[in-house]
Amino acid sequence: MPENETNQANYIKLLLVDDEEDYVYVLTNRLQKRKIEVTKAYSGSEAIQVLRKQDFDVAVLDLKMEDMDGIEVLKIFKKMYPEMAVIMLTGHGSEQAALEGIKFGAFDYLTKPCELDELVKKIKDAAQQRG
Amino acid sequence: MDWNKFKSNGYYRSLTRNIFLTIFIVSIMPMVLVSGIILYQFQTSYHEKVNAHLEELVLKHKQNIDIFLKEKLSDIRFLGEAFNFTQLKDESVLQEILRNLQQEYGPVFVDLGVINSYGLQVAYAGPFKLGMALYATADWFQSAMQTDYFISDVFLGLRGLPHFIITVRKNWMGEQWILRATIDFVAFNNLVENIRIGETGFAFILNREGKFQTTQLLDIMPAKEPYMEFLKKGQGSIDKIHIVEKTGGSGNKNIYVAAFLKEGDWLLVYQQRSRDAFSDFEKALIVTLAIILSGGLGIITTAFILSRKMVDRVVSADQEKEMMNEQIIESGKLASVGELAAGIAHEINNPVAIMVEEAGWIGDLLEEEEFQQGKNLDEFQRALNQIRAQGRRCKEITQKLLSFARKTDSRVQEVNANELIDEIVALSAQRAKYSNVTIETDLQNDLPALHMSQTELQQVLLNLINNALDAMEKQGGTINISSKTVDSSVMIEVTDDGPGIPEANLSRIFDPFFTTKPVGKGTGLGLSICYGIINKLGGQLEVRSTLNKGSVFCVRIPLPEKKDNNLEEPSADSR
Repeated sequence: MPENETNQANYIKLLLVDDEEDYVYVLTNRLQKRKIEVTKAYSGSEAIQVLRKQDFDVAVLDLKMEDMDGIEVLKIFKKMYPEMAVIMLTGHGSEQAALEGIKFGAFDYLTKPCELDELVKKIKDAAQQRG
Repeated sequence: MDWNKFKSNGYYRSLTRNIFLTIFIVSIMPMVLVSGIILYQFQTSYHEKVNAHLEELVLKHKQNIDIFLKEKLSDIRFLGEAFNFTQLKDESVLQEILRNLQQEYGPVFVDLGVINSYGLQVAYAGPFKLGMALYATADWFQSAMQTDYFISDVFLGLRGLPHFIITVRKNWMGEQWILRATIDFVAFNNLVENIRIGETGFAFILNREGKFQTTQLLDIMPAKEPYMEFLKKGQGSIDKIHIVEKTGGSGNKNIYVAAFLKEGDWLLVYQQRSRDAFSDFEKALIVTLAIILSGGLGIITTAFILSRKMVDRVVSADQEKEMMNEQIIESGKLASVGELAAGIAHEINNPVAIMVEEAGWIGDLLEEEEFQQGKNLDEFQRALNQIRAQGRRCKEITQKLLSFARKTDSRVQEVNANELIDEIVALSAQRAKYSNVTIETDLQNDLPALHMSQTELQQVLLNLINNALDAMEKQGGTINISSKTVDSSVMIEVTDDGPGIPEANLSRIFDPFFTTKPVGKGTGLGLSICYGIINKLGGQLEVRSTLNKGSVFCVRIPLPEKKDNNLEEPSADSR
């Protein structure tokens, strides 16, 4: 914890929400290495739980999860923490859902599988904008 | 399936037959019934009319003859009353009387004679030398002696000529005398001979034994039975007129009208061939039959043509239905393949993403110092890059599948033909590679959007490319797909340098169920469905082919009118 606090200026606090655990694991590792502090949530409801305890700069949200529709989770996020930027991950061909998400205040979207550099750039942009 | 076989199968044959029979029966029955009834009514009333006419004719003549006989008889009776036999025995008186009679009535009375009770003609006046002739044994004399007056049948007698006589019996001076007059046969015969109607109508008189009392017409030999029947039957009803129709000896049907004369002694018979008597009816019958026959022929022709036409319609409707079904199945297949592909693509995306990220993670870790001195670092890097590159390739494939699947949508919308062509080319690339075929595209960059269903365009293009690939499966080659705007339509050409299409097949290539592929391989519907789709849009699908040089399938789809030019501008701007 103290370590996190000291790095607060550099580190972006990110909530990663995806029900694919292996994907979350490897993505967390890679993002951590790029100075992004990642908190994992494996479902929409878990993410909401986590959000009650902690603030985040950016959330990366998979729109296709088993327990809750991504768009619904997004709506709740925006209601609870309108300040937090949300980047959506969609499958190819589900751009329609992503566009809808933007209507509800999401920052941007990426199609899965995505280039890590692109994701990192988007996260940084989102954090900066929030600023 | 061969369509001609389909068309000639039992179902359509029996359908044709049933329609034909129904039309024929429904049309001809009323005609036959109505004509039959009218004809029957006409026949009945016409027979009645003709019979009534003949009855009247015969009755009139019967009366004439009866009056004639009565007159002559009363003349002779008057003579018997007016003169006594002493006077009558004087031949000069008799001759004077005959002369007076002949002056009064013409040559009806041939001669007069006075005969005593022994049958001896004591006085005679007339052209024959019959004075003192003895009649004691003559039939007529026997009969004449029984009654006050008597009219004989026709007989030849002593003079050898046909005649009949009228006698009056008188009592004079205690002795029976007979006054006899001969009636001229020719004059009497005229009464009957005048009755001639039509070509075969004539009359004659018979006595009770059936012997002719008038001249027998040589050209006609009447059958005996009808008269004999009349004579037998007639006993009870002397005043009635009898009519009967019978087939005579010569096989002709005759009508006989008969009336009794002379209180039942003689029979007046009028005979005519039925065909002649009812000739008007016969004409009507022939006209009716001719009308029924020609009407029947007309109905048969109409029924034949109509049933053929109707079944042709049914056949083509069935054919269309079959095609529609096939098209629905085809597009359904395409849609379900699309759905399946989308599902698989989604499922594959996640593992691929993880693999790529894991490779990335290894790459990240390799950057740490402890690995930098590793002997195989370069090789590691290369392997990781390869994993990433192949992962990206997987991603591209799934993206293509997904965007193809997304377009299995039959709604009419703006369609970018180039995009579709690219996708289909990408999807066919593997198969093309396998068949050693190169697919080239030559697409116009600013191709305007079409207004149609994406699925349908997909179906058309897939079909054309698949056909080209099928054709070049063995020898390989090049397929070129081009798109451009021509006038106000988009023209897409699929050109191959395959074996080409034989001339004979070229004209049938768009026919439904026409296929050159082995049984079970092709339905023969692909191109005809394409043709239907393009046709429905008001476009054209054409084929040009040269044997051993290749084929060109040319699709022209009209662009939406005017309105779309405005729509196009902003899209051009956005580019």
